[in-house]
Amino acid sequence: MVSLSADRLSQRREGVDPSGAIFAVISVSLAILVLLPLFWLTYYSLSGPQGQFTFANFWTLFTDPTLRRPFVISIGMALGVGALSCIIATPLAWLVARTDMPGRSLIRALVTASFVTPPFLGAIAWEILAAPNSGIINQIYRSIFDLPPYETLVDIYTLEGLIFAISCYTFPLVFTLVANAFERVPGDLEDASAILGGTQAATLRRITWPLVLPAMIAGALIAILQALTMFGSPAILALPAGFHVITTKIWSLFQFPPKPGLAAAAAFPLLAITIVLLWAQSRILGRRGYAVIGGKSGPPRLTRLGGWRWAGFGFAVLVLSLTVILPYGALLKTAFTKSVSEPMSWSNLTLHNFRFVFFEFSATQLAMRNTFVLGFAAATVVTTIALAVAYLASRKSIRGAWALGYLATIPIAIPGIVLGVGLFLSYSTAPFMLYGTLWILLIAFVTIEMPAAYQQLSTALTGMNPELEEASRILGATRTDTLRRITAPILRTSVIATWCLVFIGTIRELSATILLTTANTKIVSVIIYDLNESGDLGAISVLGIVLLAVCFAVVFLANRLPGGGSRLTAAR
Amino acid sequence: MKLRIWAALALLGAAIAGGAAFAAAPEPYAPTPELIDAAKKEGKVVWYTSTDVAVSEKLAALFEAQYPGIKVQVERAGAERVFQRINQEYGSAIHNVDVIETSDAVNFVIFKRQGWLLPAVPQDVAKYWPEQTKDADGQFAAYRAHLSVIGYNTRLVKAEDAPKSHTDLLDPKWRGRIVKAHPGYSGTIVTDTYALSQTLGWSYFEKLGQQKIMQVQSATEPPKKLAVGERPIMADGNEYNIFTLKEAGGPVEAVYASDGTPIVIGNAAILKEAPHPAAAKLLYAFMFTKEAQQSNSDAGGLRSFHPGVKEKETRVPLSKIKLLYSDPAKLEAAVEELKKKYEEYFGT
Repeated sequence: MVSLSADRLSQRREGVDPSGAIFAVISVSLAILVLLPLFWLTYYSLSGPQGQFTFANFWTLFTDPTLRRPFVISIGMALGVGALSCIIATPLAWLVARTDMPGRSLIRALVTASFVTPPFLGAIAWEILAAPNSGIINQIYRSIFDLPPYETLVDIYTLEGLIFAISCYTFPLVFTLVANAFERVPGDLEDASAILGGTQAATLRRITWPLVLPAMIAGALIAILQALTMFGSPAILALPAGFHVITTKIWSLFQFPPKPGLAAAAAFPLLAITIVLLWAQSRILGRRGYAVIGGKSGPPRLTRLGGWRWAGFGFAVLVLSLTVILPYGALLKTAFTKSVSEPMSWSNLTLHNFRFVFFEFSATQLAMRNTFVLGFAAATVVTTIALAVAYLASRKSIRGAWALGYLATIPIAIPGIVLGVGLFLSYSTAPFMLYGTLWILLIAFVTIEMPAAYQQLSTALTGMNPELEEASRILGATRTDTLRRITAPILRTSVIATWCLVFIGTIRELSATILLTTANTKIVSVIIYDLNESGDLGAISVLGIVLLAVCFAVVFLANRLPGGGSRLTAAR
Repeated sequence: MKLRIWAALALLGAAIAGGAAFAAAPEPYAPTPELIDAAKKEGKVVWYTSTDVAVSEKLAALFEAQYPGIKVQVERAGAERVFQRINQEYGSAIHNVDVIETSDAVNFVIFKRQGWLLPAVPQDVAKYWPEQTKDADGQFAAYRAHLSVIGYNTRLVKAEDAPKSHTDLLDPKWRGRIVKAHPGYSGTIVTDTYALSQTLGWSYFEKLGQQKIMQVQSATEPPKKLAVGERPIMADGNEYNIFTLKEAGGPVEAVYASDGTPIVIGNAAILKEAPHPAAAKLLYAFMFTKEAQQSNSDAGGLRSFHPGVKEKETRVPLSKIKLLYSDPAKLEAAVEELKKKYEEYFGT
């Protein structure tokens, strides 16, 4: 009631409240962002070569085995990634959240590092490590056991290898959710179980586990979704093994002669699966509420592992070696040596790759500039819009504001490659000719990053008591003033964290970008992918290291800002 | 020595000339001070190429040294990718590219038919290039030639054990040991696949598809995979990368197969809608100079049509190799079926 009367008061006094106009502008732009690509996808999928209405594209999709097979493989691969992510993440999350294992905060920080790593870069690093013959791991294996050539310990160019390489960079999603769930388990419930004579194992099984399970399943669904819609890693690892997944297949449909209708049709099953998975995830997370009923609970108890502490630590080190330490080491070694397969030695050491990337390779400078321009622009635009939407939606000061929240969340259901196809179809012809400019990439990034940014900021706003703002309004401040002087400073941490999240997300993006760049609008992820197609691993390693260094610098700086983004670790 | 190429290329030339009623090549040109000034004002030239990135950047550096103030932007991808890119861009009326050069001769048949190319004949081309290696209307010319060869890693395979012909690759002992590039990406491999399917029949590829090959994209990559020992044998890939890797001390060697080695002609042209027309003409003329062609041969391992270019002694001259030629006109008609069959046999 207070806020309502304050509203009236202010309107009476200054005439117009800008939130109405902002609301209109934002809802129209969000609708265009989301609906235009979907419209063109539908249109092309139902059009024949002469533009006539037809179901031929969908018919081909179901009858052509070279199109059906990638779907089956993709689903198998994604389920594998979901399972493996849980197997890696759940024990690690328990160790970090609920035991006295040494080095827990460092381990958490390193899990963040594997989140920041672009998956395609991880896949390339794993090629260097685990290619069957030249891979560093296989070479060491052969030399330790004195085995003949072609004896192989691991082969990354297989479906299993692909599942592993993707899981290395999706498990942080499960880890974050599960670790948070472990921390939220009320200590007194577990105490009660212990007092009633339950052993530690029984408590874990009957109290803790049921409370954590939904988080794990929700995390697994997100990991599955990521794997299903990922382009880079499968393109790098599956094509050499001689199979397509659905994203690489859709992309190959753009090769000459392009089949945009078929590509659009192939996007729909992917869209449908995504929506089902997200629906399942929200159902599972939505039921989480039953966990904590009534009263305030004590903090969760840490399990004392005794001698097992070091076993747990060993497990954590193993996981982080596979996801961060070895891949980064492989990139560093490749960047500084002449040949990938030779061991490190003084005679093999070279700065040639750095010289090539920075002084000879003419694409570097432009791509770096484009990447940072886009990263900064996308992060700023997304954070601004998401903040406005979250504010309008959570404060419910305008009728229909809740719908904005939904609009901002829809893109989460559109896989990157599908969005890429949709945007290409929307903006490569008149009247909206944006292909060939950075604008189309900015639109892609804004659309892709909006849901996560909105969720992050809306969680922060929901947790903030509106009384503070109401006090400001009652004291005569306008809504805009209040937003600037009360709401914004309190939200600062979340805003900075969101900005970083979007910036890093932009730098990691490849699935949509791969279809949308031209010679003058290339970004670093795309030139890394181009170089991979011609096998120039040295140059890739240098560019990858630069990319990672920038990402970590951004995270570091954000953490150093006063009230900076300390919550980034828990992001997404 | 080059007579054999010329003779066989007559086929290529005839096919190209056949389409044009009037052979109307413009007067040859050489860089004039006015052209150089105009190019310097433009300051930049965009070159889409499918030549290995290190080799093309080398040429760009030579050009920049000769004409300071004009920056070359090298856009390197496989011929099929470059072709896809320019089609997408031109389809949206985006004219980024000044000079285009790919390893798929079919591309140029199509560009010419679409009327995208600017007739321009550099003096060197007029003077030295054999008739069969340039378009009768002066719209494009063969900037380079190279072979798609079998190769092996000399540390893993002894010379006497190495395959001697394409059919040798079907031996079960090479199962899981072969790396191969892709015709969906590489013009070299499109040409190679067509030539071999004509000589050996599609059954060769059907059987090769059973050999558990490692499938990479660019024809520049199999030699690199050989050099690091990832696979001991390559079924196809650029001869010029074998040369450059071998001359840098890499353990790689080419095989000139007894059943023939496909030759690939890489044409170049200026686009009519070039955004930097003067710089485009300047770069295009430079690409055919003896200096540029000699550097391509020395540092890049490419074959040249410039009679003044001296190949390194260590390289096997073309006259001693059994070459397989492809007719771009016939290849154009076959290319979609070729890619389809390839996916059927190799999975991607």
